[in-house]
Order: sequence, then structure tokens, then C-alpha cells
Amino acid sequence: MTQSRPRHSYPRRLAARIVGQAIVLFARAITAVHADWRGVGPSAKQRVYFANHVSNADMPMIWSVLPHHLRLRTRPVAASDYWLKNGIRAFAGAEVFRAVLVDRRPDERTDDPMKAITDALEDGASLIIFPEGLRNQGPELLKPFKSGLYNIAKARPDVELVPTWIANLSAVMPKGEVIPLPQMVRVIFGAPVQLGEAESRGEFLSRAATELATLRPEGQS
Amino acid sequence: MSPMLRDIGYLALGVSAVLLALTIFGDRLRARRHKPDPAIEVFMTRVDSWWAMVILFTLALLVGQLAVVLLFAIASFAALREFYTYSAHSKADHLSLALAFYIILPAQFLFIAFDMTRLFAVFIPVYIFLLLPFVSVLRGSTDKFLNRVSETQWGLMICVFYLSHIPALMWLHLPQDGLQQPSGRSMLLIAFLVLVVQTGDLVDFYMGRRVGRKRIVPDLSPKTWAGVAWGVAAAALLGLALSWITPFGPLAAAGMAALASICGQAGNLILRAIKRDRGLRDWSHLIPGQGGFLDQLDSVIFAAPAFFHLTRLWWLTT
Repeated sequence: MTQSRPRHSYPRRLAARIVGQAIVLFARAITAVHADWRGVGPSAKQRVYFANHVSNADMPMIWSVLPHHLRLRTRPVAASDYWLKNGIRAFAGAEVFRAVLVDRRPDERTDDPMKAITDALEDGASLIIFPEGLRNQGPELLKPFKSGLYNIAKARPDVELVPTWIANLSAVMPKGEVIPLPQMVRVIFGAPVQLGEAESRGEFLSRAATELATLRPEGQS
Repeated sequence: MSPMLRDIGYLALGVSAVLLALTIFGDRLRARRHKPDPAIEVFMTRVDSWWAMVILFTLALLVGQLAVVLLFAIASFAALREFYTYSAHSKADHLSLALAFYIILPAQFLFIAFDMTRLFAVFIPVYIFLLLPFVSVLRGSTDKFLNRVSETQWGLMICVFYLSHIPALMWLHLPQDGLQQPSGRSMLLIAFLVLVVQTGDLVDFYMGRRVGRKRIVPDLSPKTWAGVAWGVAAAALLGLALSWITPFGPLAAAGMAALASICGQAGNLILRAIKRDRGLRDWSHLIPGQGGFLDQLDSVIFAAPAFFHLTRLWWLTT
């Protein structure tokens, strides 16, 4: 899909595929995770799935419920300081999930994170992003969204922005616990959000957050 | 061919013939309609799920006791996951619930696999009843403590303890077998229990809406007294017809089947009340057309312990 990414040797690519399948199997065994395509169907349209972020397992959950042919062309946007920390994470991030790695530390970074995102969109990839930035471990439903979502909406109005609520995942592994608890998890895809003509950054971001929050099933996180 | 193998064959053939008839029936209904009819599609999905369950269960019977235990252990895991997704628990119960899934559930089914009857009958109601609340209390949170520990114990009682009585049936053997190794024929008792209870449910479901007037719990369930009576009668009739796979005589088989069906229908109402309380229609989506494992197994789960103990009692006294 891209020219910029190095092409790995066959054994490495095979290993990445096997690890990817193992992650999907593990996610299904523990959470029986399933997709609720409420506002959109699974389609090959280019999309940005924007989701709530409560744990590091969020991204693998969305990744697991996507049909295989969509998963192949969907890349998560992830923090490079997390995914490059050690060799295993670097392998999982770059080769299993084929993540678009961005530096979330504004004072240390050298390249523009939006550039990496728009490049990936230019290549035709769909993306998974977490506009809250850091994991939400507070009592509020969603933390205020960062501007990335607005910038994407502005730069690429042709790409569908799909709100994606991951339900009940926080019960699987609350903060500080190490054993994943078997719990049913659902990934709910809502109707795409579009940037209005006269809409400001703040208005758009809070509307997108509201659209996302309305997908939350009653009585569950 | 051993008599056991022959009986499994007859049973599988008989059930397949019924399912085949239902499949053809559904297909013809479907062909007569011009547009897809949702009621028929639901019916066909259910029939497909039954096919899958019958094939899986028959294979497990053919492979042997361990496969049967494994099959029910997996069902128990899925059922417990459905129950605990909606039960009251907080972060302080994380370890207790993890123990329930990863230690207690496998232990209970290992006790069954190795026929440790005394242990499996007391493990969860006696020892775990004490252990899990203790593990939870160690975390110090007392908020809704009674709700949390009782719902946790309830989940284990239904989804693990009660459910594990289904595979436990295979170790029941007649006293006159003496100290001989059980021949494995009692595995067929599982098929007997599942078939009579599910048939009772089906007949209640389809007859109750036609003939019944007086609902048992009007706001909760469309079950009527007449529907239940029809279901129990159908279960008894099937029990009579299947008495050749049981150690019972024809009349005793009919009686046991009726009793199992009554327990099952009571259990169905109890679980329905829990679902209503939590605002659920189905426990999950895992069995196409049926809902979750708990929706599928509810009546069999509640029928199994009474069936198990009454069978033992019956043999002790006759």
C-alpha cells in the first residue's frame, strides 16, 4: 500500500499474521467481542473510526471485529512513545497492527503528526483514532477531544468519520489489574459525522463527542 | 458394534430425522413466500443452530467422557461470562471473579471428569461460598457488598454448579452394577435430559400461545398454565418413547421426564425475571437465533440437579 514503509522478510510477515490472528482469537475467547453496525455497514469506503479510549485493549478490539478484508486496509493511529518502547511492542505496533505512529509529546517531536495521518489517508488506508488522546480513567464519559479529528475532517471531507463506541471494556481490565476478566464486549459503529460548512473547531469536536457518547448502551460503561 | 455405539447411532439418526423434517418444512414455507418472512428466517436460524448442537454433542459422545465434560465446561464459561457481564460487581471483586473463571470453573469440571462426586457436590456451595466473599472483603470496599457477593455466588451456582450436573449424569450407575466400572451408558442420560426438557419447552412455546388463557406470571412471560401442561405432557411422552436409552422402566422414564420439564420451566421463569430486572432481551448473541448460552440452556441447567439427585434416590430405594 505504501512505498515509504519497509517491506519485511517473508518469515517476519508470516509471524505478524500469526500474531494478529492470535490476538483476534484471544480477544474473542475472553470477551466474545462483536460488532454492532448501527449507523453504517461494514464497507470498503475509506473511513476514520474514532473511538472512546479506556484501555490499551481498545484498538485491538476494533481491529478484531472488522471483517478480515477491511482489517487489512485499516491502520490504527498510535503513540510512538508507547509503541516503540521495546522490541515486542515495536513488532506488534509496526508489523502486526501496521500502526501510523505519531509523537504525542509536542515539545520533543520533530515531525508533524498530521502529516503522517494525511499521508496514510492519501495511501487509501482507513484509520482508527482515539481523539481523547490519553486513556480516560476518570469518572467522566469522554475527555475533551483533541483537534486531530477536526483537521482530518477539514483536509479530507470525502472520508467518512465513524463514531465507534467500545462498550464494557473497562470491566475486562480495570486500572491496576493484570488478569483480564471475561466479560462481553461490544463495538458499536454509529452514523458518520460530517463537518458543517460554518462549523467551528470547538463546535464540531463537541458535536462529534456527543454523537459518540449517544452510542453508549444504557447501564454500561 | 457395542450396544452403546448402536444406541448413540439410533438416537442421532432419530434426532436428525426430526431436524431434517423441520428443515424441509421451513424450506417449503420459505419457497411459498415471495418476500423473506422474518418469522421463517428466525425459525430456520434456530433449526441451523440445533443442527450444530446435535452434531457437536454426538461427536462428543463418540469421543468419550472427557470430550463431553470439555463441551459443557466451555458452555459453562460462556454462560458465566454472560451472567457476570450484567451482575453487580465492582473493581474490588476483580480477583474473586477472575478466580471464578480461571480456577473454580475448571476445578469443578475436573472433579466431574474424574468422578469425584462427593467433592463436586460441596465445593461451590460450601467452600467457595466462604472463600469468594472473603477475597472480596480483603479489598476493603463495602459498598453494596451484599449485592455483589450474592450475585457472584448466584452466577457460580447457576452457570457452574447447576450446569455441571448435566455432564455429571454420566457417572450415575445402577446399584446392581456393583463395583464394576460403569459401562458409559449413563452418558445417554444427558441426551435424554436435554431432549425431553427442550421438547417440553418447544411444545410449551408453540401450544401455550394457542390454547392457554391464564398466564402464570402475566407481566413477565407469555407462559400459560395450559401451555406448561402441554409441554410437560409432551416431555413425558418423549420420555416414555426414549426409555430404552435410560436405566428406568417406561413409566418411571415418563415420570422423570415430566419432572425434569417442570423444573426446567420454573428455571426459565427465574432467569427471565433476572433478565427483565437487568433490562435484557437476550443474554448475548452467541447462538444464532437463540440468544446466548444462558438463553439456550436455561431450562436444562435448572432441571439437571433435581434429575441427578432424584435418579440416585430412586435407585437407592428400589
